[in-house]
Amino acid sequence: MSTPILKVRDLEVEYATPNGPAKAVGGVSFDLEQGEFLAIVGESGCGKSTLLFAIAQLLTYPASMVGGTINFDGVDLTALNEEELRKYRWRDISVVMQSAMNALNPTLTISAQLADACRAHTDWSDEKILERSREVLSMVSMDHVHLKSYPFQLSGGMRQRAMIAMALLLNPRLVIMDEPTSALDVVAQRSLMSQIQSLREELGFSVLFVTHDMNVVSHFSDRLAVMYAGQIVEIGKTRKVFDEPLHPYSVGLMDAFPSLVGAPRQLLGIPGNPPSLVATSPGCHFAARCPSVMEICRTNRPELVDEDGHSVRCYLVNSVQI
Amino acid sequence: MKKVILEVEDLSRYFRVGGLRAKGLLHATDQVSFTVKQGEIVALVGESGSGKSTIARVLAGIYEPSEGEIIFEGSSISKNSDKAVRGRMPMVFQDPFSSINPVFRISHGLERSLKLHRKGLSKEARKALAIELVEKVGLTPGADVLRRYPHELSGGQRQRLGFAQALASQPSLILADEPVSMLDVSIRIGLLNVMKDLRDREGVSILYITHDLASARYTADRMIVLYAGQIVEEGLSEEVVASPKHPYTRLLMSTAPDPRLPYVEIENPGDLGEPPRVIDPEPGCRFAPRCPLVMDKCRTSNPTMVQVSPTNRAACFAITS
Repeated sequence: MSTPILKVRDLEVEYATPNGPAKAVGGVSFDLEQGEFLAIVGESGCGKSTLLFAIAQLLTYPASMVGGTINFDGVDLTALNEEELRKYRWRDISVVMQSAMNALNPTLTISAQLADACRAHTDWSDEKILERSREVLSMVSMDHVHLKSYPFQLSGGMRQRAMIAMALLLNPRLVIMDEPTSALDVVAQRSLMSQIQSLREELGFSVLFVTHDMNVVSHFSDRLAVMYAGQIVEIGKTRKVFDEPLHPYSVGLMDAFPSLVGAPRQLLGIPGNPPSLVATSPGCHFAARCPSVMEICRTNRPELVDEDGHSVRCYLVNSVQI
Repeated sequence: MKKVILEVEDLSRYFRVGGLRAKGLLHATDQVSFTVKQGEIVALVGESGSGKSTIARVLAGIYEPSEGEIIFEGSSISKNSDKAVRGRMPMVFQDPFSSINPVFRISHGLERSLKLHRKGLSKEARKALAIELVEKVGLTPGADVLRRYPHELSGGQRQRLGFAQALASQPSLILADEPVSMLDVSIRIGLLNVMKDLRDREGVSILYITHDLASARYTADRMIVLYAGQIVEEGLSEEVVASPKHPYTRLLMSTAPDPRLPYVEIENPGDLGEPPRVIDPEPGCRFAPRCPLVMDKCRTSNPTMVQVSPTNRAACFAITS
C-alpha cells in the first residue's frame, strides 16, 4: 500500500448566517491513496460540495474553514497563501464543476479555454498548447474539430467531456469532481463514468467524486463515504457499503432507490428532513429520523469507529462504546 | 375493463427552428398515439429531447398540437377548451421552488383553486376542504401547514403541495412532469408513494413523465418509452423491464445505474451516441445510427408498432424479422 496522496483531518467549515454559524462540515477525516476513486454521497445540504471546495481551498465568504488540516503529498494546503496554492492548482489538483454550462465561458471556443488554462499555469509555446489540447480531447473521445466549437454547439455530454479534458491538461495527480454527471441523461452518464474509469486506469490520477445519487458510482468507485449533516457516517469499500450497509442512514438510502431487478416491493425511503446545522443537538444528527434510535443517541454523539477498513458512526454498530 | 379517459391519436407537435426565415421544422413529438385508463399510472419515459415534456404540455394546453387529436373523457379538446376541462387534467411541474407563489400563504393558492373550480362552496367549506386536501398528500397537521409560507416548506413538501393543488379541481388525470427529479433521493420515494396512494384511494389517473426507468417501473402500471419524439415501446411496466424488446429500451436498461444489476463493460464509452434533434426527418428508424441490430431497411422505412405480447407493443424491424 502506497502512502496516501491526500490526508484530510478533522476538517471543519462554517457558514456565517444571521442565526449564527452553521457547521456545514463538522470534523471530516479521510485518506485518499494515489490512483484511488473515493465517492462521497449524501443529500443536498449534507456538506459534500462544501467539503470539496474546502479541499480545493476555494471557499469564499460566508463559508470559512475553522479547523483541521488538508495534507496533499506532504504539504498542508491550509498553510499556503494564494500565490503558493497556484502552483498546485491545475498542475496537481484540478476540479471539474457540476454544471459545464456555467463553468465554460460561452463566448470562447473550447481551444481558447484550454489555452487559457495552459498559459496561466505553464510557459508552453502555442504549438505545444495546441498539441496537448488535441491530445486531451482525444482522451475523452472528442474529435479535435471541436476545438473550434463554442460550448453552445456541444451537447451536455460533450460539454462535460470538454470539462474533464480541461482538468486533465496538466496531468494532475488528483481530480476533484462535483456531481459531473448530474445534468446528464442515463446513457451519457454511463458513458462518461466509463470514460473517467478508463482514464484513471491509464493515467493513474486519484478521484474524489461527490454525488447525491450513489447508484451512479456503484460500479466505479473503490471506496464510498456516506455523509449526513456535515459528517461522514459510514465509509468503506463500495461493494461492502452497498451489500451490507451498517449505518441506519445508509440502510435507508439503499432502500430509497427503486430497482430494475427483483420482485416489485413497497419502498419507504427515510421519513423527515435533514436537521438544521445552526442549532445542533448534542446527540447523533440522525437520531430524529432514525428507525432504531436509542436513549444514548439523543444525548451523546457517536464517533466514527473503524473495523477492518470499514468505519461507521453509530452506537448500534459500535456497541462497545456504551 | 376500466374506462379509457384519455385517448391521444397521432399527436404531433413541430417547432420552427433556426431564425426568422428558416424553414426547418423540429419534430418534437411525431405521430404519438396512446391511451390512459381510469385509475392507472402511465409513465412516459425518455431522455431529454425525446418529446416527453412536449406531450404533457400539449395535453395541458400550453402548446397547441400541430397534428392529431386528443380525446379526453369522451370529447375532443383543443387549446381553447373550457376551464372546467383543464381542471379535470391539471399539471404538477418539475420545479417546486418556482411553481408556488412565494408571497402568499400556502392556503392562498389552494383556496383560489377551490374558488375557481369548485364554485358554490362556502368559505368554511373551502377551508375544511383545503385541510383535507393537504392531509391527503401527507402534509399534517393540515391547518398548520396551510398557515405557512412556501419558504417554510422543504422541496418534498412543496411537491406534495403541488399534488394537493392538482387535487383541488377534482381531476380525473394528473399530468406530472418529472415531479421528483429535483428532490433528494431519500425524499423521492415518499412522493412516488403519494402518487400510488392517490391512484389507489382517489381513483385518479396519473401521466408520470420521467427519465428514470427504475422509478417508472416502481410507480407506473404501464410505461411508454419515447425516442426522438416517437414511441418505440409500450406496455405493462413489469413486462417492459423483464423483457425489453426494442434495442433502445435495452440500451436504457444496460446503462441504468443500479448497484443490484451486474456491471456490463462498455467497449467504446465514447460511442454510445446521443439522441438526435429531429429536424425535417428523412424516412427511416430514428434509432438506426445508434442501433446494434441495424439492417438496410431500417435506414429507408419507418418501423410501425407491432404487438409483441397480448399487452405490449414495440416498433422495430428486428423483432418482426
